[in-house]
Amino acid sequence: MDPGRFFASSRVLIVAGKGGVGKTVTAATIASAASRSGRSVLLVEVAGRSASAPIFGVEPQGYEQVTAVDEAEHSDPPSGRIMLRSITPDQALVEWLTTHGFKGIVTRMASSGILEVVATATPGIKDLLVLGRIKALESEGAFDLIVVDAPAAGHALGFLRSPAGVRDAARTGTIHRQAVEVLELISDPARCQVVLVTIPEETPVNELIETSFAIEDEMGVRLGPVVVNSVLPTVDGLDVDLSSLDVSDTERNALQMAVTFRVGRSALQDEQLTRLGSELPLEQLRLPQLFSTTVGPDELSVLTDALLAEIEALPEVDS
Amino acid sequence: MNAPSCAELLAQRQVVIVCGTGGVGKTTTSAAIALAAAEAGRRAVVVTIDPAKRLADALGVSRLDNTPTVIDGPWPGLLGALMLDTKSTFDEVVRRNATDDDQAERILSSRFYRNVSGTLSGTQDYMAVEKLAELHADGDWDLVVVDTPPTRDALAFLEAPQMLSRLLDNPIYKLITAGNRGVLGVANRAAQTVVRQLARVVGAHVVDEAVAFFQSFDGMERGFKERAEATLALMGDERTAFVLVASPRRDTLDEARYFLDRIRRADLDAAAVIVNRMLPRTGLSVTQAQTLHTSLADSGGGGAAQALLDLTTAGEADDDRVADLSRAAPNAVLATVPMLADDIHDIDGLRVIAELLTR
Repeated sequence: MDPGRFFASSRVLIVAGKGGVGKTVTAATIASAASRSGRSVLLVEVAGRSASAPIFGVEPQGYEQVTAVDEAEHSDPPSGRIMLRSITPDQALVEWLTTHGFKGIVTRMASSGILEVVATATPGIKDLLVLGRIKALESEGAFDLIVVDAPAAGHALGFLRSPAGVRDAARTGTIHRQAVEVLELISDPARCQVVLVTIPEETPVNELIETSFAIEDEMGVRLGPVVVNSVLPTVDGLDVDLSSLDVSDTERNALQMAVTFRVGRSALQDEQLTRLGSELPLEQLRLPQLFSTTVGPDELSVLTDALLAEIEALPEVDS
Repeated sequence: MNAPSCAELLAQRQVVIVCGTGGVGKTTTSAAIALAAAEAGRRAVVVTIDPAKRLADALGVSRLDNTPTVIDGPWPGLLGALMLDTKSTFDEVVRRNATDDDQAERILSSRFYRNVSGTLSGTQDYMAVEKLAELHADGDWDLVVVDTPPTRDALAFLEAPQMLSRLLDNPIYKLITAGNRGVLGVANRAAQTVVRQLARVVGAHVVDEAVAFFQSFDGMERGFKERAEATLALMGDERTAFVLVASPRRDTLDEARYFLDRIRRADLDAAAVIVNRMLPRTGLSVTQAQTLHTSLADSGGGGAAQALLDLTTAGEADDDRVADLSRAAPNAVLATVPMLADDIHDIDGLRVIAELLTR
């Protein structure tokens, strides 16, 4: 599939997965790949702490936007710009109340816990308002694509469930309308898709499968391809007879150990990838495991190339 | 100062709170900690919040519920396990604190209560802490190990005991509930304004339910407050150890460091840091592995040398990151657990980890 077409298939991509599967790096890679396909991208973090800035080699951003990549003039074909921003639930709530005529409540009561009251009265409201802020950004249309680095762990489901929860809990009022509007966004595949991230290991794969069915069945949200991170690249020639090599005993032992480990891990991984493929009818985009200590712009570039190649290998679909 | 070993920690503490992000083996580690204590002759119970059936399977029981199941095995102590049921625990808290059965039923049957007890963020933390306090107070257990919900904010767990008492203490609630009781005067008018504005945001019936809910707690504030204070004291002194679980993956170690920062802001510290899933060492340096990779490039050993270079590089990166974390937690015992071939499926697998932790 042409990456340009892939990234044009919806305006918002929500990247979700449990902690420790490299969700933030994946969101950054998706943003970078979309930019390489010429699209302008806003990468939104909702965890309250900027983890993607170092990946792009820029200073962490606050609530305001930061340009991460702007090489449109230097690359061929031209890249789209990438901006990073954070949206925290508390800020989203204050902002929403302020812009919906409740400025009085915010300023008069902020210090005495009114926000806590609103949030308690309506579970899920903060998540909803983060999504509401994203919906507003989508309507503004300043970016071709908005990539959302969703909350980790079990929170991803709660995050996506929040609009329906709030719609049912608050059956009237301004917040009800907001919930309905956000539901329209997340259940419209032409506007929003969810990309789930996992690593090829037993528990993360199990959780991914459970989460996928929960999201599709309960929420009617469209799932894009699954990103499988940290896939060990295939190495040929691991079946070599090590005794035939001209190396010291120490080196031979080290080689033996590394080969045994790699063969074992690869087999476990293949088992999980196969299981994922047979239990979940979604395309897989596999990203290679990196062996470096940190992920910066160089590693991001490697991952971006890998992701673009994987997208190109996807079958064409008529959507 | 020498940090005490993990074994010493498990012999002395009454509560171990196991923290960390998801996906690092927190539940398994919590169970292994309780097992290690049982092996050392203590009566240890693990409270897990992981709804996956894996732990029950590993412990060889068909299911775990909201009260401790005693796990049979050849250890001198006692091993118990339970899976936290947030809703039932919250119901118990309400029943225990209610002044009479009518009050308990009024609260339990309110729709607002069902919202709060089921979905309010922080409720799971709060109930995990309640369960811990209850098990500790029972006197049936020497050690309570709590597997905390995956949260990135350590303080959420520490603040959890105060959640309800703080809510009931909130001046806004007092204003709203007082206002609705028909008290006249300025406070009442202010309360009505707040209620009207809230109603425009979330709808009138939500506000009505909220007001009724908080009115129904009348007279229970004191009990909640005392429990919260006692639990905070327990978690804050030397009876309790915080154990941080991580994996050598970049993102989880970042989270671990963030966690340490946060917990220190509450004047607490991690007693132990357990890093799971460490890669095996090859015995060569990265430079040596690179040299070998170059010299074997054109031989049949190129693939093997690549595997060696990858593993050595990744292993060294792991070690660097773990050393960084260790420097960030100088007073904590550091224990590393190697990457195991597969997930833990039985009690023998847990015993392997328990031994690794206490060696």
